[in-house]
Amino acid sequence: MSGHLYLWLIPALPFAGFLLNGIFGAKLPKSLVTTIALLAPLGSFALVVNAAATIFLYVSRCKLCGPPDYGWSILPLNELHGAWITSGRLQIDFSFVLDQLSLVMLLIITGVGFLIHIYSVGYMSEERGYWRYFAYLNLFLFFMTVLVLAGNALLMFVGWEGVGLASYLLIGFWFQKTPAADAGKKAFVVNRIGDFGFLIGIFLLLSTFGNLTFAEIGARLAADPAMQGGVVTAIALCLLVGATGKSAQLPLYVWLPDAMEGPTPVSALIHAATMVTAGVYMIARTHAIYDRSPFALSVVAIVGAATALFAATIALVQTDIKRVLAYSTVSQLGYMFLGCGVAAYSVGVFHLMTHAFFKALLFLAAGSVIHGLGGEQDLRRMGGLRKNMPITFWTMTIAVVAIAGIPPFAGFFSKDAILYAAYQEGAGGKILWFVGWLTAGLTAFYMFRLWYLAFLGESRADLHAEDEGALVHARSDTKLTLEAEHHHTPHESPWSMLGPLVILAVLSVIGGWVGAGRFGAFLAPSVGARTAEAASNTLEITLTALAVLIAVIGWFVAHRLYRNYAGEEPLARASFPYKLLTHKYWVDELYGTLIVKPILAVSRFVLEMLVDFAILGGIAWLLAGMASFGGALLQRWQSGNLRSYAAWLAAGAAALLLFALVPWTTVLADVGIHLNSAGH
Amino acid sequence: MIPLSWYLLLSAALFSLGVIGFLIKRNLITVFMSIELMLNGVNLSFVTFAHQWHLVKGQIFVFFVMVVAAAEAAVGLAIIIAIFRTRATLAVDRIDLMKL
Repeated sequence: MSGHLYLWLIPALPFAGFLLNGIFGAKLPKSLVTTIALLAPLGSFALVVNAAATIFLYVSRCKLCGPPDYGWSILPLNELHGAWITSGRLQIDFSFVLDQLSLVMLLIITGVGFLIHIYSVGYMSEERGYWRYFAYLNLFLFFMTVLVLAGNALLMFVGWEGVGLASYLLIGFWFQKTPAADAGKKAFVVNRIGDFGFLIGIFLLLSTFGNLTFAEIGARLAADPAMQGGVVTAIALCLLVGATGKSAQLPLYVWLPDAMEGPTPVSALIHAATMVTAGVYMIARTHAIYDRSPFALSVVAIVGAATALFAATIALVQTDIKRVLAYSTVSQLGYMFLGCGVAAYSVGVFHLMTHAFFKALLFLAAGSVIHGLGGEQDLRRMGGLRKNMPITFWTMTIAVVAIAGIPPFAGFFSKDAILYAAYQEGAGGKILWFVGWLTAGLTAFYMFRLWYLAFLGESRADLHAEDEGALVHARSDTKLTLEAEHHHTPHESPWSMLGPLVILAVLSVIGGWVGAGRFGAFLAPSVGARTAEAASNTLEITLTALAVLIAVIGWFVAHRLYRNYAGEEPLARASFPYKLLTHKYWVDELYGTLIVKPILAVSRFVLEMLVDFAILGGIAWLLAGMASFGGALLQRWQSGNLRSYAAWLAAGAAALLLFALVPWTTVLADVGIHLNSAGH
Repeated sequence: MIPLSWYLLLSAALFSLGVIGFLIKRNLITVFMSIELMLNGVNLSFVTFAHQWHLVKGQIFVFFVMVVAAAEAAVGLAIIIAIFRTRATLAVDRIDLMKL
């Protein structure tokens, strides 16, 4: 293969878009802002497709020039752009690495990212901060592609922090609203906790391997089979802390539901399809470390399974359409962690891909609903939208069926593969499988609940009319509050929004057809092949049948409960569990009492009052007081009175004269003081 | 012959009178005259020593001092007139600001 793929251009294009729109956006005409904002991700996507095509072409040409799969040996492709940090023996480069894993991720990020950019043109068209929105969105793509392309952990960390920044900026896009600003802060702070773990992990990597390049760490581990447990486990767990923060897993998931305060396309791109999957990507990228630590792997699996079930139960009772999807995202990310935790990284990434399609579609369709209803997000006030928004309805239906895990849609293949991989992991794996299986049922239930509430039945727009005013203000997605004030019939969204929906719907149907097996074989050079226990065909078919069965049961239950929904929540009959779930297990309150309040108290009383105000402030006040006291004293000299100046002058002259004329040595010697030690 | 110390005592007396006058007098013109008194007290010392040691340097210094005193008198009186014009007073205590 000849030539360069110019990988650096993939992040550089969105960065240029960010700079152009970020600096000049306010003055540019809207059409130009749109053009810049769309060209940047389109260019990146084209470059990625070009890279993929070049590689596939090369591989297919190489079929005859060596042993099978010889062509794939060109990957990973490492493009160096000079040294970044050089210190002693340590060298960290600006290196971009393209391998099977990053290729898949890049296709998802730039492809789905481009679609969401198009969608945003329609969705955000009435926004005053239109240019600002697209500048941030391009900035996000820049950092996300850096994260994925990075050849070493530190460069990855740059992208990692950068996407956190972009996420913060976009969650708080409507920063005039307190909930949005607070949600942005919350996301940032919670992510910071995870990032701290990641950073410690990086330091441990550095001290253990003296190197942060993924390829070299992998090589070092491969060369030393005895290296296991101990520090490797510590590294893996630290990295996992980072991953739980970014990917919203237990116990750091709390920021993601609140992040729904951002614009809906942002929720689709950052908080569903791409950024939150960075943790999964990171685990897959550092799989060499996790492979050496069975303990850390089982922690990953347990965190994943627990999060999947936990978030799915909360999603059962949410009434805000975006919150349902947010908890669903947390839950699905749990599945990916579960997949990675049973060392089936390729399966985790497979689910990451299908999830990116159907979850982006779900969010965009939800955005289309919100747009069509003029800012309404409450499921209880929807209903009957099937007639008004047919395209949104059908695309949403595909996404719901896909996430529910019903064949032959995308979600079925990946979820099934994860459950199957979990089942094969010994006795503990059976429990993981059961949790995942149960979650699959819950997933189907809450997704169909959403579907019935939003699209079927009759319109309930006037149902909760008494709290109309409160709702208009409480709505997180108030971009269209102005529109909401004049009530109008729901309308279908413009084609700039429906186009991406249709494309994503197609992907949600066919995205899983490649099959976990072939996908895993493709990814194997990057993330290692799974050494599956020999399993019988019947077992696999049985598990698949069970998975489909519980999905259908979930659908059926949702059908029974919500087909004739008329404003009364059927689940509320189970009063205590319902209360528990609507309050999200009181986790936010728990964190608030156990962590936030003590920290705030320490900050306020110890750090602010004592250290800052009393000690530091005291020192500063003391110095200032001394200066001003001295000044006040000496100020009296500068009376402006000529005669007092003259008197001081005369006194000074007299003193000098005295000093010069009096034979001090003699005088002092007379009273017994000797000035020099030898003085007699 | 009158001893050296008498001249010097007179010179010191003149100088001290000048200093005291400078410090206690209110009127700017009296203050000004006190300065002249100090200068001449010093002049007397110069002349005394020049005469005592038969050196001409001291007398040359006296001329320098007299020239400076003359120039100072011209400038000083001009300033005094300017001050009187603007403030209608010559009391030193009242002239305690650089600005008007």
